[in-house]
Amino acid sequence: MSEPLLKVRDLKIGATVYPPGEKPHDIEIVHGVSFDLMPGKVLGLIGESGAGKSTIGLSSMAYGRGGVKITGGEVWVNGRDILKSKLGDIRKLRGGEVTYVSQSAAASFNPAKTIMEQVIEASVEQGKFSRRNAEARARALFAKLGLPDPDNIGSRYPHQVSGGQLQRCMTALALCPEPDLVVFDEPTTALDVTTQIDVLMAIKEAIRDTGVAALYITHDLAVVAQVSDDIMVLRNGDMVEYGSVDQIINRPQEEYTQALVSVRSIEHEEKSPTAEPVLSVRNITARYKGTKFDVLHNVNVDLYPGQTLAVVGESGSGKSTLARVITGLLPPREGEISFAGRTLTPDFKHRTREDLRELQMIYQMADVAMNPRQTVGTIIGRPLEFYFGLRGAEKKKRIIELLDEIELGEKFIDRYPAELSGGQKQRVCIARALAAKPKMIICDEVTSALDPLVADGILKLLLNLQKIENVAYLFITHDLATVRAISDNIAVMYKGKVQRYGGKTQVLSPPFDDYTDLLLSSVPEMRLGWLEEVIANRKMESAGN
Amino acid sequence: MNPIVKLVAQRVALSLLLLLMISVLIFVGTMILPGDVAQSILGQSATPEALANLRAELGLNDPPLTRYFQWLFGALQGDLGTALTSGQDITAAIGSRLSNTLFLAFWAAVVAVPLAIFLGLLAVRYKDRWPDKLISAVTLASISIPEFLIGYVLMYLIAVKLRWFPSVAMINDGMNLWQKLNSIALPVAVLTLVVLAHMMRMTRAAILNVMQSAYIETAELKGLSSFKIIWRHAFPNSVSPIVNVVMLNLAYLVVGVVVIEVVFVYPGMGQYLVDHVSKRDVPVVQACGLIFAAVYIGLNMIADIVSILSNPRLRHPK
Amino acid sequence: MKNIPVSALIGLFFTALYFLAAIFAPLLAPYGMAEVVGDVWEPSSAEFLLGTDNIGRDLLTRMIYGGRTTIFIATMATVISFTTGSILGIFAAVSGGWIDQCLSRFVDLIMSIPTLIFALVVLSVTPVTVPMLILVMGLLDSTRVYRLARAVAVDIEVMDFVEAARLRGERTAWIIFREILPNALSPLVAEMGLRFIFMVLFVSTLSFLGLGVQPPEADWGGIVKENKDGIVYGIPAALIPAFAIATLAISVNLVADWVLNRTTSLKGGRG
Repeated sequence: MSEPLLKVRDLKIGATVYPPGEKPHDIEIVHGVSFDLMPGKVLGLIGESGAGKSTIGLSSMAYGRGGVKITGGEVWVNGRDILKSKLGDIRKLRGGEVTYVSQSAAASFNPAKTIMEQVIEASVEQGKFSRRNAEARARALFAKLGLPDPDNIGSRYPHQVSGGQLQRCMTALALCPEPDLVVFDEPTTALDVTTQIDVLMAIKEAIRDTGVAALYITHDLAVVAQVSDDIMVLRNGDMVEYGSVDQIINRPQEEYTQALVSVRSIEHEEKSPTAEPVLSVRNITARYKGTKFDVLHNVNVDLYPGQTLAVVGESGSGKSTLARVITGLLPPREGEISFAGRTLTPDFKHRTREDLRELQMIYQMADVAMNPRQTVGTIIGRPLEFYFGLRGAEKKKRIIELLDEIELGEKFIDRYPAELSGGQKQRVCIARALAAKPKMIICDEVTSALDPLVADGILKLLLNLQKIENVAYLFITHDLATVRAISDNIAVMYKGKVQRYGGKTQVLSPPFDDYTDLLLSSVPEMRLGWLEEVIANRKMESAGN
Repeated sequence: MNPIVKLVAQRVALSLLLLLMISVLIFVGTMILPGDVAQSILGQSATPEALANLRAELGLNDPPLTRYFQWLFGALQGDLGTALTSGQDITAAIGSRLSNTLFLAFWAAVVAVPLAIFLGLLAVRYKDRWPDKLISAVTLASISIPEFLIGYVLMYLIAVKLRWFPSVAMINDGMNLWQKLNSIALPVAVLTLVVLAHMMRMTRAAILNVMQSAYIETAELKGLSSFKIIWRHAFPNSVSPIVNVVMLNLAYLVVGVVVIEVVFVYPGMGQYLVDHVSKRDVPVVQACGLIFAAVYIGLNMIADIVSILSNPRLRHPK
Repeated sequence: MKNIPVSALIGLFFTALYFLAAIFAPLLAPYGMAEVVGDVWEPSSAEFLLGTDNIGRDLLTRMIYGGRTTIFIATMATVISFTTGSILGIFAAVSGGWIDQCLSRFVDLIMSIPTLIFALVVLSVTPVTVPMLILVMGLLDSTRVYRLARAVAVDIEVMDFVEAARLRGERTAWIIFREILPNALSPLVAEMGLRFIFMVLFVSTLSFLGLGVQPPEADWGGIVKENKDGIVYGIPAALIPAFAIATLAISVNLVADWVLNRTTSLKGGRG
């Protein structure tokens, strides 16, 4: 066995936190993590937010972001402890031996310089290649990463190429100086699902062809399973489990890893359409004020009482616009919406209080969906007061009932949103919607800002509440796993049109149209070799490239 | 048409429109408010006949719209009318005073701008250490004292106690450049102090804002030295915010000049304006107001144009 | 209230001191406001703690009464500027459309001339009285408060909790006073401190130029004007207001900084 390329021993990392109203103080965010990485191997670092995975990744470049400081332990790269190195040596390491690919390439490229200048900068600066050779190498990498017009794309500016392309350019930037190790920090998280697999494949091939070692950081176990050799599972700054991809995916030992692997285990039987639909969307065409093109074209969907209609699509598909049209925030140009047997007025300002009450909404960012100056009790209590005129003890009794329904309990009544976790916030938003006793709730990406296990809890709660309250959900999401978990009917949206619509089983069974096929096949699956299989069998190019 | 040319043209047109609106505002403001020009000239004891004669002579009986256009076209041709109090031609009186004021403002800018940018960079380089803290303390102190008091404090210490420079800034055409500079040293120092604080603080904020971008982290992770990071990555993106800061403060300087000229009895536009406000000489006030507004609007326009020109998204459209 | 930093405490203490001195000026001042009690420009002594002014009035007395006038005018102008600016600003943000456009373009127009120049133009035709000064200063300055209030309100307005309130069917008044205002208050209060300082400087400048408070009424800017001729003879009487203005301004600044820092973020605690 050769020496490990990267050897981390008992790494401890601290940070200064500035809680509002308190004195700033230091906390430890990584508590003694150790691992080895052999040359040419890929190690996946996986965990939820706050697990410390990015921080550990950046420590291999002796770098701490913001107020983060490495407080103890050793990090050996190519046989040197870089935590003891001088600044000059660390500069040679960064951009030479170890390079970095960030989550947001759009922010990580300097807007004032061409892509080529930035891709070759480190190679030239570190004296690895002459400018000429570096440029030739960059062009070869552009071609290898599947970028269009590889000979000229370098002369463009970052804002002139798409997000998926820029993420590949960032990979070229990292690979250009022939590093020994590349740190990939959630490189595909910001991309649409159909774009993600192309970039993922490009990264995987580039790693294989150049023989570079990599740390691949992500929160998505299915993604990391496609590119890594080994996986390290992290939680709250501690290592939970370390093993080969095969072992982690197929035979997880720790309870936490098992939960991560089996997430989205919800079983939900599809219900068939009953009675009259609670919501009928008919021939809706809509555009935003001051623009010249329609974002929705002739959309028709139905939602039945006590059931869930999932509206699924990528960014720009018009799924959120549909929600705005239904709530009356964006009156449509054509078409009409009937709700509970009545025709809804297009503009919400002219709707009756009864219409407003029966159609509630839950938002993606629970953070900004609640007034930070109101307590949980006030937030949930206002609809009770506003719609039902409840006051005093009666109101409080109902608030407590609702808090129990969302599994939080009475003690939360006087808390402020800032004192709640992400999942708890979303639960309070659910309670606020339920307080109005609605017939229907629009759920706009309600789980996409949450960690998988927390999101799972929210979905279970929503399904449970649906049984008790017989409320219908219009569930807007880009995540097909969520769709499978909770829907009765599905509408697949693409470029403002409903591409495919029907019962869950029917929509998710072949034969597919080309777009639905692309979308369904692009969802990472937690098994080895999935990525290659998909790329080989695809009928249609993804739009993001 | 090239989007940049279009945007710049729009910005210039907007400034001209703004200036036109300002001229209306100044004219209307001085006409509809209580107070009669003829009465102010002749005083309370004037006979009705004398008042009527003067009104006719000044064209005060014409409809306001006619008077406005007469005034505006006059101003466009360089004829700003005559001062009520002295009967002097305003254009002639303003000519030399304007050049004196610009002379003073120019030298204040020559000292203040490079110094402020340098100190702003210093504050960024030593963020949260003593140079930064010292700079913010001085800033706080200097924005807490009105300009004219800074003027008197300096006059008291430097001109009266130390006798380094004259306490009154008189200049005339007979003086050579060196004599003139010696004479305006104190007002320049005061103006510099006044704008320095703002400019430094805003430069610091502008650069810090750029330094927090993700692409600066990328540059750092490429192993570049601090100097190269600042020069290659931070500087090109800071040009437009810094130019904005400079222009805003030069505009601020225009106001500072008014007060400082009074303190140091400097024969410029500011003193001319203040004198004639107390004398209620409306045509002079209108003319000076219009000129100050034009300079102010012009500087703001330059700032906006620079930020249009330095925006890579506009310079290299998709 | 237990976490107040030392700097804010000092600021609060001195601010309170100045305001109390202004309110109780007739009780504190050793002599009458316009009373000639000594020689011209007497140096400080046990009798006249700060000396006497250009016509032999006690300077300490003049400073206390001057503070009263200056602080009164600045406070009233701040109140006008603040109520007009913030109400119109939030109203414009919540209404949107042509109301917002008209108000905002008008404010742009006023702000395209330096405030001092505009004030001079207006004061050249209006009578220079204290109510007029307060009105002119307050209205001109309200443009800045308007911009801040509108910007803050626009930021809050786009948040989902405001949309949720609208979709619930709440009236505009509820949205302004219960959803937006509580969240806009702390940046606005901090701004109020800065506006007050600016008013103190502004009224002092106008008085110094002879276009503010008229003699024999005392105010800090006027004291400088009255005593400025002494400077060339080495008599520092005109510099005393500098000390008063600077300490007041710095104190208010320290308080404003603390208010602003306490709740910078909307997600922050319960301020």
